[in-house]
Amino acid sequence: MSLRILVGCKRVIDYAVKVRVKPDHSGVVTQGVKHSLNPFDEIAVEEAVRLKEKKHASEIIAVSCGPAACQETLRTALAMGADKAIHVEVSEAEYATLQPVHVSKILAKLAERTQANLILVGKQAIDDDLNQTAQMTAGVLDWPQGTFVSQVEPEGDSLKIVREVDGGLEHIKVKLPAVVSADLRLNEPRYATLPNIMKAKKKPMEKLSAKDLGVDIAARIKVVNVAEPPVREAGAKVENVDELLGKLKDLGRI
Amino acid sequence: MTIFLAVVRMRSQSLMAELVGNYAYGERSCPSDATDVSGVASEAGKADGVKKLLVADDASLDGLLPERVAPVILASQKQFNFTHIVGPSTAFAKNVLPRVAAKLDVSPISDVLDIKSEDTFVRPIYAGNAIQTLQTSDAVKILTVRASSFDAVGTSGSATPESAPKAEGVKLDISTYVKSEISKSERPDLSSAKKVISGGRGMKSGDNFKMLYDLADKLGAAVGASRAAVDAGFVSNDLQVGQTGKIVAPDLYVAIGISGAIQHLAGMKDSKTIVAINKDAEAPIFQVADIGLVADLFQAVPEMLEKIDKFKSK
Repeated sequence: MSLRILVGCKRVIDYAVKVRVKPDHSGVVTQGVKHSLNPFDEIAVEEAVRLKEKKHASEIIAVSCGPAACQETLRTALAMGADKAIHVEVSEAEYATLQPVHVSKILAKLAERTQANLILVGKQAIDDDLNQTAQMTAGVLDWPQGTFVSQVEPEGDSLKIVREVDGGLEHIKVKLPAVVSADLRLNEPRYATLPNIMKAKKKPMEKLSAKDLGVDIAARIKVVNVAEPPVREAGAKVENVDELLGKLKDLGRI
Repeated sequence: MTIFLAVVRMRSQSLMAELVGNYAYGERSCPSDATDVSGVASEAGKADGVKKLLVADDASLDGLLPERVAPVILASQKQFNFTHIVGPSTAFAKNVLPRVAAKLDVSPISDVLDIKSEDTFVRPIYAGNAIQTLQTSDAVKILTVRASSFDAVGTSGSATPESAPKAEGVKLDISTYVKSEISKSERPDLSSAKKVISGGRGMKSGDNFKMLYDLADKLGAAVGASRAAVDAGFVSNDLQVGQTGKIVAPDLYVAIGISGAIQHLAGMKDSKTIVAINKDAEAPIFQVADIGLVADLFQAVPEMLEKIDKFKSK
């Protein structure tokens, strides 16, 4: 069965940035901070492109929900090999309370609209760390889910999947259409080359709103406070192993 | 194959804490490869605070596929109208509960660290570099809780198992459980161990991890690893500690040859005592370590192995 893949691309603060909490405790500082494609979504895009290179997939559509800057994120996915992009524009204000409960409904509507039979997303976004979107999208659509996936292989009208679970690995098989979420070890994402970045500028990008899709994105949560985590007291360095073991003994840890 | 669900109707804040404990407790005693639910159920029934114990015992639940487990939870919800549905932040609950939430049109809350009231919860964001308190307006609250942030409850309860309501509309043909490859280990479980010894890229090879296993065995500790060590193939990925691996908070965490990237710190910085052994004095791990030793691990670890018994018996 030829795959038509919808791949979720979230724009997040770059993983290497040390985030700072806003002085008014309403959130973290995002202005002027380097953003990039969520690392897990990068893995999802890479897997989609590999499936297409192996002739399992016919088309890859990258999707991002959020403010206008998400279009840069989508261009990255296009430069990696996605065929076209859909930007579901959400205002900055609405984006602050946009949750997987909303995104999953948007993805479900888009799957219908694009006749996708595989939705690939990262297992979690490194900003909210929720780890929900794949599972919820599968729930909305009543499709099977393969989450935290480290290996995926099409076989007839199904996917053979290896999942990373507590204690080891799990093998399952899901029937298409399905939702899959990528874990770190699924693949090593490629770098977009300059010629591909140039080509990506010419690839089609459709702009929609949640309203166009009939999805209500009213807030479900209210952020009461965002605080710095407790700071650890600076520790001491020891000179040698004897001192180290002595201290551990004194603390009752050995 | 079987699954158990322990669910308590929550009326007060104190009960919530108990519920959280019950789940942390239940999960530990419910290995997913258990073939008989009765042992698990009787153990879960002994957990303090459990008022009702629902047991779903059905061969189709083998492998605990979310397409089959979620309908069981939904059927129970339909009958009992719980205000809160809670699970631990394990691979199993993280897989199933958001699916349940979507069916109930609820925005779930992941990895809860603290419960302020019936609708207000505390959770980490940005790899634990910020702590968010949020209030939800959903009628049913669906949470996964971080087990290391709550104490396990006692075992003097006496709830009697009863059959869970029958799941409706289950599609058996859309997903199939094939098999599990579970790493067997005599050492304590990483997530709940009181002591953890972790190795990073500095270990240089999988063979060198033997030193850490030996040290762990002397201390009764579990062994963990950084992403770099997993990616380099030194150890299997289920040992990874960090933002995307396991979150641990043991009494003692010994980081050996680990630089201390943000993503690793996210998984261990709530440990009571952190020890770092690294030859790079500038490594960020020293900023969170209570005790730091700047040394070549290939000298320091064998020396620890040699001397530890002497110190233990002092």
